[in-house]
Amino acid sequence: MSESIEVIRAPQVVYVYEAPVRLWHWVNALAILVLGVTGYFIGSPLPSLPGEASHSFLMGYLRFAHFAAGYVLAIGFLGRIYWAIVGNHHAHQLFVLPFWNLQWWKEVIWEARWYGFLEKIPKKYVGHNPLAQLAMFTLFTLGITFMICTGFALYAEGAQQGSWADHVFGWVIPLFGQSQDVHTWHHFGMWVIVIFVILHVYAAIREDIMSRQSMVSTMVSGYRMFKDDRPD
Amino acid sequence: MAEIETFYEVMRRQGITRRSFLKFCSLTAAALGLSPARAAEIAAAMEQKPRTPVLWLHGLECTCCSESFIRAGHPLAKDVVLSMLSLDYDDTLMASAGHHAEAILEEVMTKYKGNYILAVEGNPSLNMDGMSCIVGGKPFVEQLKHVAKDCKAIIAWGACASWGCVQAARPNPTQAVPVHKVITDKPIIKVPGCPPIAEVMTGVITYMLTFDRLPELDRQGRPKMFYGQRIHDKCYRRPHFDAGQFAEAFDDDGARKGYCLYKLGCKGPTTYNACSTVRWNEGTSFPIQSGHGCIGCSEDGFWDKGSFYDRLTNIQQFGVEQNADRVGATAAGVVGAAVAAHAAVSAVTRARVKHVQTDERREDR
Repeated sequence: MSESIEVIRAPQVVYVYEAPVRLWHWVNALAILVLGVTGYFIGSPLPSLPGEASHSFLMGYLRFAHFAAGYVLAIGFLGRIYWAIVGNHHAHQLFVLPFWNLQWWKEVIWEARWYGFLEKIPKKYVGHNPLAQLAMFTLFTLGITFMICTGFALYAEGAQQGSWADHVFGWVIPLFGQSQDVHTWHHFGMWVIVIFVILHVYAAIREDIMSRQSMVSTMVSGYRMFKDDRPD
Repeated sequence: MAEIETFYEVMRRQGITRRSFLKFCSLTAAALGLSPARAAEIAAAMEQKPRTPVLWLHGLECTCCSESFIRAGHPLAKDVVLSMLSLDYDDTLMASAGHHAEAILEEVMTKYKGNYILAVEGNPSLNMDGMSCIVGGKPFVEQLKHVAKDCKAIIAWGACASWGCVQAARPNPTQAVPVHKVITDKPIIKVPGCPPIAEVMTGVITYMLTFDRLPELDRQGRPKMFYGQRIHDKCYRRPHFDAGQFAEAFDDDGARKGYCLYKLGCKGPTTYNACSTVRWNEGTSFPIQSGHGCIGCSEDGFWDKGSFYDRLTNIQQFGVEQNADRVGATAAGVVGAAVAAHAAVSAVTRARVKHVQTDERREDR
């Protein structure tokens, strides 16, 4: 009986992801889906539509959806950076790596061993585990920053000189050489994001099942639930 | 040595009537997008200003820029611009040759020190101390540095002088470099294209000579008035692009209907030039109008951007010639397969652990 009371008292539920973070996560996921699909079809268009050119506006709508989703993603990303500053301490995990923390690196390796089936029991983490944090920072945070910079540089070409996008991101094109190079790298960036999404979804579901804490529901409710009360 | 003449005096001396001169001024004003009132300003400037001599040097090149230039379709450009230019030195166009020709270079450089414009067609090669391009017995790179020393500004004609073009394409055996890699202390106006449009060339040079200032340049040093927009932005086939109507092959129904050439590798969406507005050969046509995609000849390194007929650039960096989408899709496929395999192993491991745990529990009882 006394044991069961202790179990209840142990902090098994922690509020991790605040509402703005959760909202951003799902809006961002939707934006990435729209950007990926429309972006692919802008690069490799569908078969031609019959009839007069004035009857259809397929590429126009695809590009509009791409640009609109790009704006949503970019503004959301700025909002997320703002929340990293004003939100709880879990909110800045995406943006700051404890790069000089040896213990953190050890736990990255520990997590990698867990994924390599070399450790039987994973560690408990309230926020992201170190390996997840590393992956999110390199693939997502840097990846999306790259996509926003190259994406708005390409957008500036249509918006033309003097547009805000040209003022802010116009320098990107000469940096890569010419517009065609930026297109090529923007395509690469998309595949980096696709790879991130595969890993992210897989890891979230796998951890939800196999780790000692909740994963998927945490990004819905914000609460991290632990399956046991053992420390560490 | 003769006194310093004005442009007008030079033109009159060459038999151009005042009427033709004024017509030229108003056409030039229109071509530069200026209001009609500015035509009088151009005329006044040309009557009063001492002519600015232009020295036109030729490095590693095919002379297509000169070929384009002398075909300037603008009717009066053909008659007038060549005289107006005060083209004092251009070894492919001038009558004299050898030592006489080279002497003019020195004469102009001394007489108009700091006040002449240097037009460079082609580019210098740096390999073997510049021995791949010899002009007048010396490496071209030396001539370029020598003449650039006292010039007011440099016009880099064509893709060669602006970016490097074919001789700088991989593996660039002669180490050909664009002018701005050699001359770093002078303003350089890039007029890229292979060749540039004749009217763009005459327009840029007329602007510089009449207004005595450099045209407004973009980030990459190209005059905004001609290189401010992509071919795609003003292409007459743009409605087919927006509608999603593309030619899939050069002989298909879409091609016959004049659909967008995007899928056939047209580089219009990534190329800054005036082809779709100014057009070529007195405004007759331009590549897309004649059914072929733009090859992006006015863009940096256009020879090294894969096939002219691919929408996505092939990349050599990965050992195989593949475009970004194929490389990316392969990588994503490998990651996806790895994830699936990992998931399978995870499931088996977990099942085994559970099995052991159940056994342990059974034993505990």
